[in-house]
Amino acid sequence: MTPEPDTRLVGATAVTPGDSGTADRGTVPAAGDLFDITLRVNRVPYTVRVPARRLLSDCLRHDLKLTGTHVGCEHGVCGACTVLLDGEPVRSCLLLAVTVDGQSVTTMEGCRGPDGGLGPVQRAFMECHGLQCGFCTPGFVTTVTAFLAENPDPTEEQAREAIGGNLCRCTGYQNIVKSVLRAAELIRAADGGAGHLREPGSTNGNGPVTVDGEA
Amino acid sequence: MKPPSFGYHRPQTVAEALSVLARYGPDAKVLAGGQSLIPLLNMRLAAPKVLVDINRLGAELDRLDEDEQAVRVGALVRHARLARRTPSTSTTGTSMADAAEASIPPLLAEATRYVAHPTIRNRGTTVGSLVHADPAAELPAVLLLCGGSVELASVHGTRTVPAEQFFVGPLQSALAPGELAVAATFPRPPARSGSAFREVSRRAGDYALVGVALQVALDGDGQVASARAAYLSVGPTPVLVDLTDAVHGSTVDWEDAGRLAQSQVEPDDDIHASAAYRRHLVGVLTRRAGEVALARAREASGDA
Amino acid sequence: MTVAPVRPAESDAPAVAEPTVAPGPFGAPILRKEDRRLAAGEGRYLDDLGHEALAAAFLRSPHAHARIVDIDIDAALDVEGVVAIYTYEDLDGRVAEPLPLLIPHPALHAPRTAYPLAKDVVRHVGEPVAMVVATDRYTAEDAVSLIRVEWEPLPAVIGIDAAVAAEHAVHPDVPDNVAAHLVQEVGDAQAAIAAAPRSLTLDLHVERSASTPLEGKGVYARWDADDRSLRVYTSTQTSTSVRFALAAKLSLPVDRVEVVTPDVGGGFGVKIVHPWPEEVLVPWAAIRLRREVKWVEDRREHFISSAHERAQKHTVRVGFDDEGRILGLDVRFWHDNGAYTPYGIIVPIITSTQLLGPYKVGAYRVEFHSLYTNTVMVTPYRGAGRVHACFVMERVMDAVADHCGLDRAQVRLTNMIRPEEMPYDQGLIFQDGRPLIYDTGDFPRSLRAALDLVDWEGFAAVRAQAQAEGRRVGIGLATYVEGTGVGPYEGAYVRVETTGDVVVATGLTTQGQGHATVFAQIAAQELGVPVDRVTVTTGDTRRFKYGVGTFASRAAVMSGNAVALAARKVRAKALRIAAAALAADESELTIVDGVVSVRGFPDGPSIPLATVAVLANPLRYAFDEEAKRATQFAVPATDGPPVPEGEEPGLEATAWYSPVRSTFANGVHAAVVETDPETAEIRVLRYCVVHDCGTVINPMIVEGQVHGGVAQGVGGALYERIVYDESGQLVNASFMDFLMPYASEVPTVEIDHVTSPSPLNPLGVKGVGEAGVIPGHAVLAAAIEDAEGIRIDRMPISPAELFDLRRRLAAGEDIGLRRRSRGEGPS
Repeated sequence: MTPEPDTRLVGATAVTPGDSGTADRGTVPAAGDLFDITLRVNRVPYTVRVPARRLLSDCLRHDLKLTGTHVGCEHGVCGACTVLLDGEPVRSCLLLAVTVDGQSVTTMEGCRGPDGGLGPVQRAFMECHGLQCGFCTPGFVTTVTAFLAENPDPTEEQAREAIGGNLCRCTGYQNIVKSVLRAAELIRAADGGAGHLREPGSTNGNGPVTVDGEA
Repeated sequence: MKPPSFGYHRPQTVAEALSVLARYGPDAKVLAGGQSLIPLLNMRLAAPKVLVDINRLGAELDRLDEDEQAVRVGALVRHARLARRTPSTSTTGTSMADAAEASIPPLLAEATRYVAHPTIRNRGTTVGSLVHADPAAELPAVLLLCGGSVELASVHGTRTVPAEQFFVGPLQSALAPGELAVAATFPRPPARSGSAFREVSRRAGDYALVGVALQVALDGDGQVASARAAYLSVGPTPVLVDLTDAVHGSTVDWEDAGRLAQSQVEPDDDIHASAAYRRHLVGVLTRRAGEVALARAREASGDA
Repeated sequence: MTVAPVRPAESDAPAVAEPTVAPGPFGAPILRKEDRRLAAGEGRYLDDLGHEALAAAFLRSPHAHARIVDIDIDAALDVEGVVAIYTYEDLDGRVAEPLPLLIPHPALHAPRTAYPLAKDVVRHVGEPVAMVVATDRYTAEDAVSLIRVEWEPLPAVIGIDAAVAAEHAVHPDVPDNVAAHLVQEVGDAQAAIAAAPRSLTLDLHVERSASTPLEGKGVYARWDADDRSLRVYTSTQTSTSVRFALAAKLSLPVDRVEVVTPDVGGGFGVKIVHPWPEEVLVPWAAIRLRREVKWVEDRREHFISSAHERAQKHTVRVGFDDEGRILGLDVRFWHDNGAYTPYGIIVPIITSTQLLGPYKVGAYRVEFHSLYTNTVMVTPYRGAGRVHACFVMERVMDAVADHCGLDRAQVRLTNMIRPEEMPYDQGLIFQDGRPLIYDTGDFPRSLRAALDLVDWEGFAAVRAQAQAEGRRVGIGLATYVEGTGVGPYEGAYVRVETTGDVVVATGLTTQGQGHATVFAQIAAQELGVPVDRVTVTTGDTRRFKYGVGTFASRAAVMSGNAVALAARKVRAKALRIAAAALAADESELTIVDGVVSVRGFPDGPSIPLATVAVLANPLRYAFDEEAKRATQFAVPATDGPPVPEGEEPGLEATAWYSPVRSTFANGVHAAVVETDPETAEIRVLRYCVVHDCGTVINPMIVEGQVHGGVAQGVGGALYERIVYDESGQLVNASFMDFLMPYASEVPTVEIDHVTSPSPLNPLGVKGVGEAGVIPGHAVLAAAIEDAEGIRIDRMPISPAELFDLRRRLAAGEDIGLRRRSRGEGPS
């Protein structure tokens, strides 16, 4: 062990700016290299410089400061970090930010109403007491938003199944199931259904995406 | 729980991917859906030097190619695409809600719906699940049962490895360093056949304590010509058992088939289930899946 | 703003009598105020703060028990971005001392607490050994992975049996591994059992589990070197006590330390423990480095280094008569407290005292040993010792009923304390050191309500129908009494702003219970203002310095009453000022919708509370329009001083609530389960709850608490357990293998309310936070036992374990219910 503790202070090092890792297709970037990526988050385009290992959850929360996405387990089981990638629910803790370069992401913030207030799913959670501590709620809201876009009039059983991959430690799910059904009502009642909540994104999220003027 | 550093490459063509894989050999790991790999990275249980992200190869790998004999599933086909058909709980065949994907073998679609939860299935890939070779996973058992294969490409060419040679051990497949699994082929079931997938898990969506994929084929007289099953979570790899002897001809005895299967599996204890319980479930699930598969086979034979 | 002219009172009596309890927000299912933020994704949890702070990560012991021979940090120091690495040798001052023993007890004769970083020896997997501070968490983890420690493994003591056997010791100076030994006795239980017509012995076992909030712990510290002050944000259940603890540990004046609890993503008990090693080390490092430092616990860390609970083995002897009346109960149990005891022996004390539930058992003797093992320490998890207590008592009730061939509900009724016996003294000393005296409760009524709700009488037909279909179902009952609202005190501050808005602050913290809403309802009701005008702050020592914390279903009782008392003081003051302004008698005044008027004359002379607030603070300086109206020159001079004697400026008050003893909530759960005859899978078909938490402030929130508690009860009974292997590795430290239930596993809860208000506090409330979870083990064990006809003496239970029980029964083991031999068992 080092005898003098203060010798351990090696000082903060600024992150070294790097080139876009995809600039030279023939070269394999070294560990620690940085990548300039473009994400369209809640319809707003962002360019952000990240190391390859940056999880999308951390990128959203700490690089873009969109803290509506929560991180509960970082191994894909709890679902708190669920966001919509080109409209489909995915675990943002199981995605590298660099992988989704060029794609569209909808987070909890993007599920708000057009006026910045509660969106219909969020409102339903409030009305039905579908949240307590609120930590898991973003994952439910994004999941339910996508579900209702495809199933605008679910049964209670379908509503329960739809939230089956998200953990909540507070509510016992009963009021979350209610919230799903209530959200469906609110969306149906609103003009235009859930369409306005969905990020249009690309029509085929699996296809090649142009990055930084390439391809 | 943050991934360690790694070199990152995102090739734009399969050829480019193979060249990178060739260069790095065992130091490289392929990232497709990442639903098994990223948790391992986050827990720092895996530390590849280079990650080869194939998610930009959709034009070549996000493909379902089908003909009368088989369905070929490209390496970027997500589970959700195969599971999208309306779930069927009836014993009288699966419904065909989504015509576009209607020609996916019913067993593959049924089993895929047992893979984790829908959100994971939106990202995870069928081929990735096969390559991960978890003995508790659903799709390896399906591939094994239907006699499918995996195509492994490298700069030296492509080889096709049949399922029985592909699953080598727990989390071990025949994929060699430098190779990319580009597709898996699931042969279609024979005429006059039916299949079923059943599993018992602790929570819905968990890995199975025991699962079975089972297929029954009838002869021209409507008698059982063959019955085979593949079991998961009962050994280091999925276990294929020929049950025909127990259910052959007119005296179909699924209990007997269950006993036959029990004699051929070697499950282990873990914190969720004892070996004895798993062995017991092999018997129960054989009968349950067998009855359903037989009913479906009869329906397929116009004999319901 | 003008003050309406005064109209003289027309009669002594108000024209319209005001009801005793005015209709208002109190008792209404109003939507939660906090949800406008939380449901919009605008919550601020610990890791939402301090994006620019340095990140801490910890090297944690991979061994259950080992000596640290050497720590080599050289390679780790070379990692770019590493700012500092600390081991025990670097700690100084009181930070180098063991962490505090928070709750001493005379029976805890060998308390041991950990050092913030391990000194020489580690005693459980996950114990912090070195702290890395780096530019970000990724880098910090890189450095952690490069620290090389030379270990000398020592034998590990894992599980109660190994601790009792004491072949090895967790602490060398505690060779028998016994941290505490306590006996309480009321009457001569052993003699009563010996003399009883019938007796039974039961061995019962509850395994380890954990609170597992979805947000782990986290600490973020900011040191202002110029001001020499520290602000610490921490995801805790007690900011006030963390503040005092940090001031003591860091040798800072208390007034230089602020502790703020941001939004907290669940606590369930684990966050009441403090100061955690990280809670001391992060601020300590921030001061040392003069940089902001943050640590956010990840899921694996939470499993292996935060606290666990449950884990007890009981041996029970019970004596009873032919009617199933219990004459004596003798309980001995062994409690696994893990490697350290910073939270004292609260959990086993609660088990030993709450075990009796709603029953009179004649004579009672309870003896426990609290034992060290090389595992994570054990501190309260929602239910806190009562889950085990309820399981034991209710197993006894079912065993007695089976033994006598009596209806299980009838046996319970036979043994219940009657409502006319309240208050009822159980003759024991409770966890707060006070006598265990039940304040209220009509236990037979609660039981009958539950029997009605679940249709106990009609179940025979349900069972017969199921049997005809080849299905197997069972029904179970469990009752509990829960000490809620333990002291010593909480306080609250209420202020009416010159806008008419009301500000409320209390010391305890919030983890999702809806305090911002229920405390607002209380203040609004007392003050006569709309709930929308009330803003509540909890867990922020800048707003309220004194308090105890949120645990033991105490927030509504303790802070709720403190808010009510403070609001009453404010109301009284408002009426005094308004009476002067309106030239009315204050006894004639009332406040409706934030306006003071003469009772019965809503259209008569009136003055808004906002104006009263202005008048309450006579000013010299007119900094805004409201202030102008309150300056010395705007208010007519009187003979007296501007602030009358005995008054203070401002329409505000602080009040304290400190009860003599706890309130006691009670309830009955009934569940119907189906067990698969082949796979032994267990499904909860119905789950019925009757509960009595006294006066209900917000029924929507109360039901939400019950729902969530039941989910944890079901999870604890059927899915969750913490599993250590014999070497002390926690083998299921992930959500893959620690099976918190999803929506697919949790039943719909049916609820009925019984209300017996507590006479002990002004609001009559008793607390509900833990109610849902307490009977989970007991009621599901009972229902499974009923379905199977096999005694269930260990929880949780998995399908594999039920399968094993069936095999043992089939092999002839004597584990079947007696009713089987009477031909009443399941077919």
